[in-house]
Amino acid sequence: MEANETLDTSGLSCPLPVLKSKKKIKSMEVGSILKIIATDPGSGKDIPSWCRVTGQELLETAEEDGKFIFYVKRNK
Amino acid sequence: MIEMTEETKPKRMAIIASKGTLDQAYPPLILASTAVALDMEVAIFFTFYGLDIVNKKKLEKLKVAPLGNPSMPVPVPNFIGGLPGMTYVATSMMKSWMNNAGVATVPDLLNACIEMDVKLIACQMTMDVLGIKREDLIDELEVGGAATFLEFAQDADITLFV
Repeated sequence: MEANETLDTSGLSCPLPVLKSKKKIKSMEVGSILKIIATDPGSGKDIPSWCRVTGQELLETAEEDGKFIFYVKRNK
Repeated sequence: MIEMTEETKPKRMAIIASKGTLDQAYPPLILASTAVALDMEVAIFFTFYGLDIVNKKKLEKLKVAPLGNPSMPVPVPNFIGGLPGMTYVATSMMKSWMNNAGVATVPDLLNACIEMDVKLIACQMTMDVLGIKREDLIDELEVGGAATFLEFAQDADITLFV
């Protein structure tokens, strides 16, 4: 999947992946896609929760080499 | 109509931070910053020892004591935990574990809260009791009392006491 921007939070623990994702997506245009990379095991649940609560669209999740990958579309 | 109200009015969280140890500084700061990332409005009321979290000279030096603390990952008997220097040792260990796990520091999380416009309220009464002056505390907070906090908290969807 093609993303407009990528945010790598590897090595960071809760709550930093969510905080940084929020900051990043706010700087992007509505409709654009952010790719988030995380190694925090909690992010597997936290990033989807953050998307549901804030109304952003989680398009795809994947796991590669122990890293969680999320594609999030800014809906609003 | 109900949907519209939910759409326009953000959820609100009100937290009381009453502890000044390293471990107890984390829950209010983590939950407050994350709640803002989840589009909530948040206030933290710092009272009693919780004021150390926003004390310029203390916030980087919060400690965790092994004495009377059966939950240390490396168990320390009380007769050893009470020896001089053991609080320093336990604090250093805790900080190094946190650092290795990529956990943000207390100053980093506090800065995140400030950047994200978390409302920080310092309790006037306990400042007076403990001899804490306004200039001892970070600039970004307001000083108020129980009513100041409750005015915010009366519309809260989540309230927590830490």
